[in-house]
Amino acid sequence: MSRARRFRQGLAWHAASIGTAVALLAVWAVVCQRQWISPIYLPSPLDTWTALREGMLDGELARLTGGTIQRMIWGWALASALGMALGALIGTSAALRVWLQPTLEFLRPLPASAILPVAIAFFGLSPGMALFVIAFGAIWPVLLATVHGFASVEPRLAEVARVMGLSRLDFMWKIGLPNALPDALGGMRLSMTVALILAIVAEMLAGQEGLGNAILLAARSYRSADLFAGVALLGAIGLVSNAGILVLERKLLAWKLVRD
Amino acid sequence: MSAGGDAGKPDWRGIALPAATLLLAEVAARVVGITSESLAAPSDMALAFGEALGDGSLLRATWETVAAAVAGLLAGGLLGLGIGIWFGLSRTARRLALWPVELLRPLPSVAMIPIAMMIFGFGYRMEILVVAFTCFWPMLLLTESAVRHVEPCLYEVAHMLGLTTPARVFKIVLPAALPRIFVAFRLAAGISLVVAVTVEVAANPAGLGYALMLAQQSLHPDLMFALLLWVGFVGWASNCLLLAIQRRLFSHVAGAQA
Repeated sequence: MSRARRFRQGLAWHAASIGTAVALLAVWAVVCQRQWISPIYLPSPLDTWTALREGMLDGELARLTGGTIQRMIWGWALASALGMALGALIGTSAALRVWLQPTLEFLRPLPASAILPVAIAFFGLSPGMALFVIAFGAIWPVLLATVHGFASVEPRLAEVARVMGLSRLDFMWKIGLPNALPDALGGMRLSMTVALILAIVAEMLAGQEGLGNAILLAARSYRSADLFAGVALLGAIGLVSNAGILVLERKLLAWKLVRD
Repeated sequence: MSAGGDAGKPDWRGIALPAATLLLAEVAARVVGITSESLAAPSDMALAFGEALGDGSLLRATWETVAAAVAGLLAGGLLGLGIGIWFGLSRTARRLALWPVELLRPLPSVAMIPIAMMIFGFGYRMEILVVAFTCFWPMLLLTESAVRHVEPCLYEVAHMLGLTTPARVFKIVLPAALPRIFVAFRLAAGISLVVAVTVEVAANPAGLGYALMLAQQSLHPDLMFALLLWVGFVGWASNCLLLAIQRRLFSHVAGAQA
């Protein structure tokens, strides 16, 4: 009874909030219509929508979006796989942590984009360069979260594993991984954000086919509607990829949530 | 994510790996005698670093990057702080803003570069705008959460004293939420530096990011690696500084570790 009422109240608030978003869109439209800001810089919502729709219909924008998504996903997958594997290795070994942790802590805050010039020097302006930079930048959140997840296994469970004579691999798989998964997934969500950012920067610099390059070109030639359409698509990619991992987290961690 | 950890006594084993790598690179470079466009001996990096330090170009570039990062951090951070306090205090405002915030927040920071470039052209203002946009979101969300975590009794006290809203914010809410807000500020400060360098690498011809690109393009790998290590050091040092300030100011408050 009261639960149903609370649900309906929540729904009403969501409707009101969507209304706020629509109102903000209307303000944007009015600003454009009155030409308070020149249309050279700020296209109207309708112009942006038209650019988006036409670009999608003639396939050009869809192709660019696909390029960016592909680059982001491959780099992210590489970073996640490497980050989890290395994280499991380092997290289960106190000795390795003593040797490596300070170096990792120094590398973590390093702006991943600062690696770009180095990667260009090694790989040239190639797709491999973009992949390397994305994977390098996106590995830190997964790696450090996984290390923490494996290192924070309840000591008694580690003792149990020793008594049962579990091999290191068995320990990682049966005890370490379930403990580390929430941390690792959280890290992977952050990594996805980093991967998207680096995919865009790499496209801007290396002229790889993708939205990053496209919005830069649009800005240079003052095609503001195309620019805003591209930026909106990038926002959508960020939104959907983030939501996707959240759903994955909820699925994979359902067993944990029920118990807590 | 970063557990912080206690900064115990320095352990030589932690420095062994980077030191060994540098030594190995030096030996390899001397033995093979490389003249490469992408590799350099560590001793040459040190020389290039000394030269850049001597002619003032390193400090100038560092200043440009740090100035843009700090200006953007203050602009975006203060706006986020203000709106965050508002959302933290008003349930209505918070609920109404849910959709606009969730729709705008996932915009990748670097997607703002072309927009800022179109409005301002190259220069400080464009870089500051992108940094401010990026710093705004974590400040907004973490301030909101900090204000919501303020002990409810304090609000009752404020109500009983008949405080006006500004007095309530400055005398009750801000002091109580400050430890958590400082953690948010530290996070945003780290982000601001990363974004500033990124903008410089991608577009804006100024600062450390541009110096890095220039060193690569003019085939000076020694200077490029020296700058890379310097950028890493600046980020690491600023984080250490802010952590030390946080420990000093808020070590007595629980919740500062959030």
